[in-house]
Amino acid sequence: MTTMYQDRPLGSAVHDPATEPFFAATAIGSLRVKICVSCRKPHWYPRPLCPYCLGDAEWSDVTGKGEIYSVSVTRRAGPTPYAIAYVRLDEGITMLSNIVDCDLDSLRIGQRVHVVFKPAENGTMIPMFAPGPG
Amino acid sequence: MSGHGLNMSSRDLMSIRRKACIAGAYEHPTREAPDKTVAQLHAECARGALEDAGLRLEDVDGYFCAGDAPGLGANNMADYLGLRPRHVDTTDTGGSAYLVHVSHAAQAIAMGKCNVALITLAGRPRSEGSSGVAPRLVGAGTPDVPWEAPYAPVTVNMYALAAARHMYEYGTTSEQLAWIKVAAATHAQHNPNAMLRDQVTVDDVLASPMISDPLRRLDCCVVSDGGGALLVVRPEIAHSLKRPIVNVLGAGEAIKGQLNGQVDLTFSGAAWSGPRAFGEAGVKPSDIQYASIYDSFTITVLMQIEDLGFCEKGKGGRFVADGNLISGVGKLPFNTDGGGLCNNHPANRGGITKVIEAVRQLRGETHAKVQVPNCNLALAQGTGGLLGSRHGSATLIMERA
Repeated sequence: MTTMYQDRPLGSAVHDPATEPFFAATAIGSLRVKICVSCRKPHWYPRPLCPYCLGDAEWSDVTGKGEIYSVSVTRRAGPTPYAIAYVRLDEGITMLSNIVDCDLDSLRIGQRVHVVFKPAENGTMIPMFAPGPG
Repeated sequence: MSGHGLNMSSRDLMSIRRKACIAGAYEHPTREAPDKTVAQLHAECARGALEDAGLRLEDVDGYFCAGDAPGLGANNMADYLGLRPRHVDTTDTGGSAYLVHVSHAAQAIAMGKCNVALITLAGRPRSEGSSGVAPRLVGAGTPDVPWEAPYAPVTVNMYALAAARHMYEYGTTSEQLAWIKVAAATHAQHNPNAMLRDQVTVDDVLASPMISDPLRRLDCCVVSDGGGALLVVRPEIAHSLKRPIVNVLGAGEAIKGQLNGQVDLTFSGAAWSGPRAFGEAGVKPSDIQYASIYDSFTITVLMQIEDLGFCEKGKGGRFVADGNLISGVGKLPFNTDGGGLCNNHPANRGGITKVIEAVRQLRGETHAKVQVPNCNLALAQGTGGLLGSRHGSATLIMERA
């Protein structure tokens, strides 16, 4: 079976004080996570305060490379099938995302992926992942 | 301060063990209610539970409801029902909330805060066109939403991600998951109110359409209108009534999320709530004669069974296969009403029906074909929210006195 990736409408991204610096970075092709200035642990999803110790957290760019932790092709939630996945970044945090630009039926847990960016309806660039080393 | 090692077991501390009884339990018979409001369904459930217990409306001095109840917390429904509660609790952990309510009601009774606690749930997701492949409604400002909504998480795929990882880690198969549905359908044949009463086979499950890999349509629970209600009462009151005595023995609750980005989909919150409940009850998994296990999807059942200790982690697939969950056939009779997979999942929240069927088993009031002989010890387990991201887990252990 082959299910080639197709673009689907992503809706409008939420811009608020928590997301603004993140989307400023994705606009220039960077993926960043939060790291605590006190305990130095990274976390996801990004919060202003570290969820390990409630210390202040600062942005830190990551490579955008990782592997698929889990993946599911959702086939009946609308006209376009899509692959929802957890991607474990090489920096050690795991984020919910979509896998794109491939045959969705070929995706496997453990597969290497790299970050790509897809536009939401308001032009915000949303990080997603595609197979391969990038 | 908990990081500084408060090492007392729950048995050393004040406990809810045998401090309260479930004296009333009622499941609304409807599965489709286009001509009734949600508030009316709550009221019909309250009336049913009071009639079941032999109590009157004015006996109720505690009221518990969750997010399915219309209005602001308990304010609107308590007023609508004509209640004057001196204790209220609107804890919402999704579909598991009603198991938490039983525990919190027992705590309130033990503390003298109320004598007769009413818990109600009702909803009309079937009439309102709800679906497990539609985006879930969440309140404005929910902090995780901006980071996840663009990826289109829906109910079914957030369970499918856990199923896919379980298969990868442990070799669990779709055939094994299908056995869970087969067991539920076997039981539902004997429930005249069940939404789906036809027996199905493993092959039927595997032939149903793939919704979100690896979950197929028959791995998913029903969408039904309806509701239920429970009455948790002081033991002296329970003993004054004509119904069999069902004691609350122990309870545990937990919320599991994404672990700050250290996502681990191999276990559910039951791994945390379960031991708390067994510890308080002073029993072990092998003592349990009947289990109501939350069955939003087949994978939910499998993971909770492992996490509660009914089998070793990773061996849930083998445990549920070959009819092991079928009453009279297997080692762990589960969801003898047909569960959420076949009977009822009112308000998209299966928690209250899990407690109700456990009470029926302990009273010996289920259909003869599914009744566990001399059922004295039962467990109910709920997982509300999303197995693959964040959910509230609740475990409740009950005995027939």
